[in-house]
Amino acid sequence: MTPTGTGPRVALFVTCLVDLYRPTVGWAAVKLLEDAGCTVEVPAAQTCCGQPAYNSGDKADAKAIAEGVIRAFEGYDFVVAPSGSCAGMIKAHYGELFQDDPNWSPRADALSAKTFELVSFLTDVLGVSAVDARHSGTVTYHDSCSGLRELGIKAQPRALLATVDGLSLRDLPDAEVCCGFGGTFCVKYGEISDKIVSKKTANVALSGADTLLAGDLGCLLNMAGKLKRQGSAVEVRHVAEVLAGMADGPAIGEARKGGKTVA
Amino acid sequence: MTAHVITSPRFKENAHEAMLSPPLQKAMGNVERNFIERRAQAAANLPEFEALRDAARDIKTHTLKHLDLYLEAYERKVTEAGGHVHWAADADAANKIVLDICRKAGARTVTKGKSMISEEIGLNGFLEANGVTPVETDLGEYIIQLRGEAPSHIIAPAVHVNKEEVEAEFRRVHTHLDPKRDLSEPTSLLAEARGELRQKFLAADVGITGANFLIAETGTSVIVTNEGNGDLTQILPRVHVVIASLEKITPTLEDASQILRVLARSATGQEMSVYTTFSTGPRRPGDPDGPEEYHVVLLDNGRSAMLGTEFEDMLRCIRCGACMNHCPVYHAIGGHAYGWVYPGPMGAVLTPTLIGVEKGGHLPNASTFCGRCESVCPMRIPLPKLMRHWREREFERHLTPPTARWSLKTWAFFATRPRLYRLATRVAMGTLGMLGRGSGRFRSLPLASGWTKYRDMPAPQGSTFQAEWAKRRRAA
Ligand code: SF4
Repeated sequence: MTPTGTGPRVALFVTCLVDLYRPTVGWAAVKLLEDAGCTVEVPAAQTCCGQPAYNSGDKADAKAIAEGVIRAFEGYDFVVAPSGSCAGMIKAHYGELFQDDPNWSPRADALSAKTFELVSFLTDVLGVSAVDARHSGTVTYHDSCSGLRELGIKAQPRALLATVDGLSLRDLPDAEVCCGFGGTFCVKYGEISDKIVSKKTANVALSGADTLLAGDLGCLLNMAGKLKRQGSAVEVRHVAEVLAGMADGPAIGEARKGGKTVA
Repeated sequence: MTAHVITSPRFKENAHEAMLSPPLQKAMGNVERNFIERRAQAAANLPEFEALRDAARDIKTHTLKHLDLYLEAYERKVTEAGGHVHWAADADAANKIVLDICRKAGARTVTKGKSMISEEIGLNGFLEANGVTPVETDLGEYIIQLRGEAPSHIIAPAVHVNKEEVEAEFRRVHTHLDPKRDLSEPTSLLAEARGELRQKFLAADVGITGANFLIAETGTSVIVTNEGNGDLTQILPRVHVVIASLEKITPTLEDASQILRVLARSATGQEMSVYTTFSTGPRRPGDPDGPEEYHVVLLDNGRSAMLGTEFEDMLRCIRCGACMNHCPVYHAIGGHAYGWVYPGPMGAVLTPTLIGVEKGGHLPNASTFCGRCESVCPMRIPLPKLMRHWREREFERHLTPPTARWSLKTWAFFATRPRLYRLATRVAMGTLGMLGRGSGRFRSLPLASGWTKYRDMPAPQGSTFQAEWAKRRRAA
């Protein structure tokens, strides 16, 4: 099968976490984009958006990585990532990263302008208002910080989830409060991060949902890791899996079948 | 001891202790609920709130660009009104100036309105060590003064102290009162504090206040309070001393009133604080009240060095506390864990400039960059960005821990070599995926104990998306 579609040529920036941890999310993104008529391509020269280096104060490496991203992605109509955090890095921070560099600055700005997070791209750019998917169960949605505050993603995923057959959406108390992931923060300040994510999992329990969704794999790994450590039965998935009708495999941190925890 | 002990280098230990303290956790729960709801309500009730934030930011940005002119104008106006302006380059200088004024006035006790600058320079300790007794008159400040603590919040300094602890403190200190008195109600505690303070107001020779604004056009200092203690502090004693840092300058009364419209709403959700008090110079002939002498101590303490740097934005701060009220890290650990006088996001930016990044280095790192602080800051200070600037400086100066540095460099090495990255990640994820296949997660992982100590590590699915995608392309 070759990439199909008559619409725009979209480069999928799959993000390092999805690439390494959960390819299913990448495939879900491909399906959603192709269903919306896009020609999806996955530039092979992609790795990471540079955010870990950027947020750790390592500007030189962040720039080196970002230059690679610009080179790999600038030839497409749009760049789409299944992550508000990585899309936010390109959209909201590449400009600043290269602001003193007359060669790279215009290229960075041009890339920022055509980069989008997956769900908001579907709704806000392509005008998608419904998805063709089924999911039985109650789900709740956590607003990851970068997507929410840098890109204004809040209503879009909920609007599309409302069109999933069989799905009922529950409010998550304090849905807009950080889950405590924060990239390297969750390891550097593990105990504080734990305190924050514990409040999140308590709210997940309050929501009464059996599935927790969000749009960023970093947050999802953090929340799933805590829920599983607490013995919670709540399943954790990327929102794209449900929107694409690809939520039948094991959820994040779940065994394929009949497995047990590795000590 | 003249200043608050700095424990910021022990940030992690401080945080650990704070998280184990049930009373503190309960207090933080109140911050998390009450302050946030009230601010949200106040913002929602005022359609032009967002526009006012822009205007407030623009006023301060303009002022900082021309700070020297406005400072000179302000000094001229204060002098014309019969007051005195004293310039203090640092904390020591400011402390000495205040002591000198107290000595000339023959003061043995001074009353004080709430002032973060006083906390910053350690004024109470300095005065005490030199034979002058300072008495805090803001209830929260009074409580932490009795307890010998630094504030844990910039507008609610004793937010970490519960009612029972206040009662215990009052019984310990107010020994001249009936030991059997009933102090079970907050109102009885308040009444007792008022009673104690009333005598002090009358006995004080000097009253010291901070300032929320210094108006260049008129030479006026402005304080906002909810208890009215500030008014008594500056009206009753013979001498009034205002201590404030340079960036409190605001060009006109009109500008100050614009900023006032976002200040209380952001801080407590009030439309206005209960008292907004303006003072200009000493009492004039015919004035019904007011001090005989009026002094302003203008503190620099590193501010002018921030002008023109990436940290200049921080000088717009009006100390409303909204950033800490909305901070998940502050909610988890409270203010004292930050280890000095300024906690939360604003402290994470400001503290390293004042005590040095060597000591304050944890603070800008202990943030998830969730951005909620910036989203509520009335002055639109890009707090995460400024914290990131600190991280950059630490990285440049090799203050970042070696293991973190090494991991970043390794990651960057692969991230800038896509072929090598694809190969290495395919192998690594294949292995991890196989190991984790049984349960779908790991309870412990070497090199990832910072994660697995608290939560499971979900196992990767086993192959990489890029490898799968390449397979699909080949099959096509
Ligand atoms: S940084 Fe902003 S939100 Fe925080 S205290 Fe200052 S003005 Fe208020």
